[in-house]
Amino acid sequence: MTATTMTSGPKKQHLTRSLAFVALPLVILIWALTDLSLGRTLVEWIPYLASGFMMNILISLLAMTFGTVIGAIFGILELAPYRLVRYPVVAYVQIFRNAPHLVLIFATTYIFPFEIVIAGNYLPFPDWVKAVIGLAIPASAYVAEITRGAIQSIPTTQWEAAQGLGFSRWQALRYIILPQCVRRSLPPWMNLFSSITMATALASLVGVHELLHAATDASTAVRRIDFTIIAYIVVMAAFFALCYPISRLTRRLERRFNAA
Amino acid sequence: MTVSPDNAMTTTDGKAQDHIVKLEDIHLSFGQTQVLKGVNLTVNKGDAVSIIGPSGSGKSTLLRCINALAMPQRGRITVNGTRVDQLTKESERIELRKRVGIVFQQYNLFPHLTVLDNIVLPPTKILGVNRAAAEKLARELLDKVRLSDKANSYPGQLSGGQQQRVAIARALAMKPELVLFDEVTSALDPETVGEVLQVIRDLVRDGMTSILVTHEMRFAEEISDTVVFTENGLIVDHGSPEQIFHTSTNPRIRQFVGGLGARGTVRDGEGI
Ligand SMILES: Nc1ncnc2c1ncn2[C@@H]1O[C@H](COP(=O)(O)OP(=O)(O)O)[C@@H](O)[C@H]1O
Ligand SMILES: [Mg+2]
Repeated sequence: MTATTMTSGPKKQHLTRSLAFVALPLVILIWALTDLSLGRTLVEWIPYLASGFMMNILISLLAMTFGTVIGAIFGILELAPYRLVRYPVVAYVQIFRNAPHLVLIFATTYIFPFEIVIAGNYLPFPDWVKAVIGLAIPASAYVAEITRGAIQSIPTTQWEAAQGLGFSRWQALRYIILPQCVRRSLPPWMNLFSSITMATALASLVGVHELLHAATDASTAVRRIDFTIIAYIVVMAAFFALCYPISRLTRRLERRFNAA
Repeated sequence: MTVSPDNAMTTTDGKAQDHIVKLEDIHLSFGQTQVLKGVNLTVNKGDAVSIIGPSGSGKSTLLRCINALAMPQRGRITVNGTRVDQLTKESERIELRKRVGIVFQQYNLFPHLTVLDNIVLPPTKILGVNRAAAEKLARELLDKVRLSDKANSYPGQLSGGQQQRVAIARALAMKPELVLFDEVTSALDPETVGEVLQVIRDLVRDGMTSILVTHEMRFAEEISDTVVFTENGLIVDHGSPEQIFHTSTNPRIRQFVGGLGARGTVRDGEGI
């Protein structure tokens, strides 16, 4: 789910991109200024929408954090010499990498209880946490594949050189192989980041108060067709503002690594 | 004489305790392919031994047996008192590898680390040497291989010859008891071969026990105490450089050495 690919020349491409980046905010601004009553209503609702958007950012960051830690471990385990370790991990990765995000969010929402009991204490288990889990699962599966691929892309001569010096396999992985993987994994990891961020909007379907949900609330409350339209443009602009820089940076990194 | 290919028990001179490496009747196969078919080799402390022979004759495999990167199916390997063939645990093999340096044809530097860190990493992580001491040693070694000014460069910024000299310095940072060189100049541009050979020449002169697989015949002749000729997984002959390069009556050796031409170098197009 990367941003669109441009086919024109580099300079024109740059211009188009900058234009795309300011286009949505510009539309919102001009429209709000030409119809001041609409503009005032929008300004009233902006804090509410912003609080929703904070939830998207929170879900995205947490899902990516857990997904990355678990995925990196699973990626290493996918290459473990023991079948008993490898097979379950490979199965996990294959299953969840190919499961639609929305299905996983629904599954975690309706499988987990609304509260959990830990040592006699009832702790609430809010829907947004379930959404984090629902997105962390596919994220971990993708990160596992990214990690496995990166490890396998390091030439075996690097392992051999490490082994010849007296590094154990674990030390070689830790000090020589994985540091080289970070560089190679960064572009696909950022692609995933932006894809997971966009997928946080799916959490609205299970009642999580995030941006899309907030926009729906707002348009229901205001009951103005022009407000409904501008509210959803704001939603798009917000996601765009978050995801677009990520995909730009990814492409720049990819180009730099390809050149190196 | 340092090498006794036919009977490892025989030493014509040199005392038994001087042996640092002793291979006895080494047999090794990869599946159906017999690569080593009964190799005997003895290397004395402080000597330089060159191994020459056609591609595929088992030279690399032979070297890799010495630091347990390859394990023979039959035979004894002794390295400074350690029975390498009996090291069944990986941890024991690691202990051995700390004592035996190896330098490969493709240098294999760690591309994400600076030249200095390439040399500092192994002693700090493997031997537990503190950073300051490891860095001091690394700078001395860089000086020795004449690359002091490249300490903060990355491997990708260096020429092949420079990278190979860093690889040698990296091996030396582990303070090995001996160093194995596997065709370390074969992948280099001709103009950088000399600087790498000079580093090895200095090492040998300083008394580092060195076993070299090489196609640089002039160099082998100049620095070696003993030259070994391998073919088809066997040591066909051994002797002083003079004996192997000039007075050998073995037709295979004469053909191999004679085929080198005026440059004194054979490149057999061996892949990596
Ligand atoms: N890991 C391996 N697996 C299978 N065959 C190998 C392996 N390593 C080497 N060989 C084979 O062993 C033979 C000797 O290889 P090598 O020791 O590299 O010879 P040299 O260094 O003299 O060219 C070759 O035929 C090669 O294909
Ligand atoms: Mg070889």
